[in-house]
Amino acid sequence: MSSTGEPAVAVDALTKAYGDTVALRDIDLSVAEGEFVSVVGHSGCGKSTLLRVLAGLEDDFEGGAAVDGVDVRGEHAGNVGMVFQEPRLLPWLSVRENIAVGLPERIDPASEESQARVDELVSQVGLDDFGDARPSELSGGMAQRVSLARGLAYDPSVMLLDEPFSALDALTKREQQEFLLGIWRDRDITVVLVTHDVEEAVYLSDRVAVLGGQPGTVEEVVDVTGERPRDRSADRLVDRREQIERALGL
Amino acid sequence: MGTAFEESAPRSLPSLDQLRWGLGVVVPALIVVGWHLLVVTGVFPPYQLPKPLAVVETLYAMTLAGELTGHVAITVQRVALGCLVGMSVAVVLGTLTGLSPLANDLLDPLFQSTKNVPSLAWVPLFLLWFGIGEPAKVLLIAVGAFFPVYLNLSTGIRDVDENLREVADVYDLGRIETLQKVVLPGALPSLFVGIRSGVGLAWMFVVAAELIAASQGIGYLMNDGRVMSRPDLIVGAILLFALFGNLSDLGVKEVEHYVVDW
Repeated sequence: MSSTGEPAVAVDALTKAYGDTVALRDIDLSVAEGEFVSVVGHSGCGKSTLLRVLAGLEDDFEGGAAVDGVDVRGEHAGNVGMVFQEPRLLPWLSVRENIAVGLPERIDPASEESQARVDELVSQVGLDDFGDARPSELSGGMAQRVSLARGLAYDPSVMLLDEPFSALDALTKREQQEFLLGIWRDRDITVVLVTHDVEEAVYLSDRVAVLGGQPGTVEEVVDVTGERPRDRSADRLVDRREQIERALGL
Repeated sequence: MGTAFEESAPRSLPSLDQLRWGLGVVVPALIVVGWHLLVVTGVFPPYQLPKPLAVVETLYAMTLAGELTGHVAITVQRVALGCLVGMSVAVVLGTLTGLSPLANDLLDPLFQSTKNVPSLAWVPLFLLWFGIGEPAKVLLIAVGAFFPVYLNLSTGIRDVDENLREVADVYDLGRIETLQKVVLPGALPSLFVGIRSGVGLAWMFVVAAELIAASQGIGYLMNDGRVMSRPDLIVGAILLFALFGNLSDLGVKEVEHYVVDW
């Protein structure tokens, strides 16, 4: 799905340091519109930092980072939704209210339009019976789906996910992966997924960027072809996995 | 079979909570019995320590005579007004210093150091400024109620989970909406910690105020009891403070349970 226009995400010679510690050095990454790209790497390689930069949470870095051609350092820049490693729901709001937090500013949260949009998202993430529940009543997988719905409410062109399934058990994780693929297909959005799970990356993505070293640099970008849903045990995927694991030094 | 067992079990055994509550009463009950015995056997003369029942009798008689209500009402009113004034100011200043680093740098050192001034140290100054009327007492109590609310709210706002603030940032919530949806609800539990200890301090300060300059109130009753050598009055007043202090704490807890419901 290569687009002729600008890339949805353009990272150019990005270097990010926290004080004297350099987290990322000279990162180049371009993600086309509608593409599903995973970023894998050991913990501490700066992959979460990369997402934080794209989400506009880090203003102080060298090089360029743009979403839809707009620099992420601007005031309202970055048309991105973000799913953090933890669901980060507001415990005092219901599921519906939490999703409504993601609604763009221009939409009046009390309007019928926004109510309908929240309703639709609640169903889409399969939580019809939990619209009025508080986050404390949800399982980990459900809470992470609310977090995803909140991101979708924002109607972003790019969805950033930071190890969203790492805290889930194996079975729930698979369900959530299928769920994410479904959303990606239906909504035609661009996805950047950070994960340390190589199998997950290969199973889901168009391309996998391997981050390594200290500070983190892009070691290799691996193309994974084939329609989704894929067969997890297909030889082609296993080959790709081994290629990525070699790049990671495993 | 299984269900029959489950149904009969709660009836034969009191639940753990009931048992705990019962246990909490055992020691105070033993103290009252011991107290009674010590007075009856003459270890303590009645002019120093009255019989437990004598205290109850005194309070009952004063209630019947219509004396007690006035004293209790004025004390409760002072505590309520003092809390209202002190906590209102505390909420405003605590929110300000919690939100604005500049306001915090300007004001917080002042409050951090004045909080350590003992309550009684304010009394002469307040008497000089406001005379012995109600304003002096209400303001003294307000000082007591102010500090815990201010300190807890201010740090509560500053300590709101950075992760949740980032969510507000990513989804472009404005300043006002971030306050409404993230910061203030996040600081509510701390606010209630402050209110509970502020109410406790208000009761402490009302005693100070009433012992020194009052012609009415539970603290005045205590002083009166000392002057007239009426230990039943003193112990009765202590029990009244215990009762109303506990009631107000329970009241705040109830409100907290209702407001902080997540």
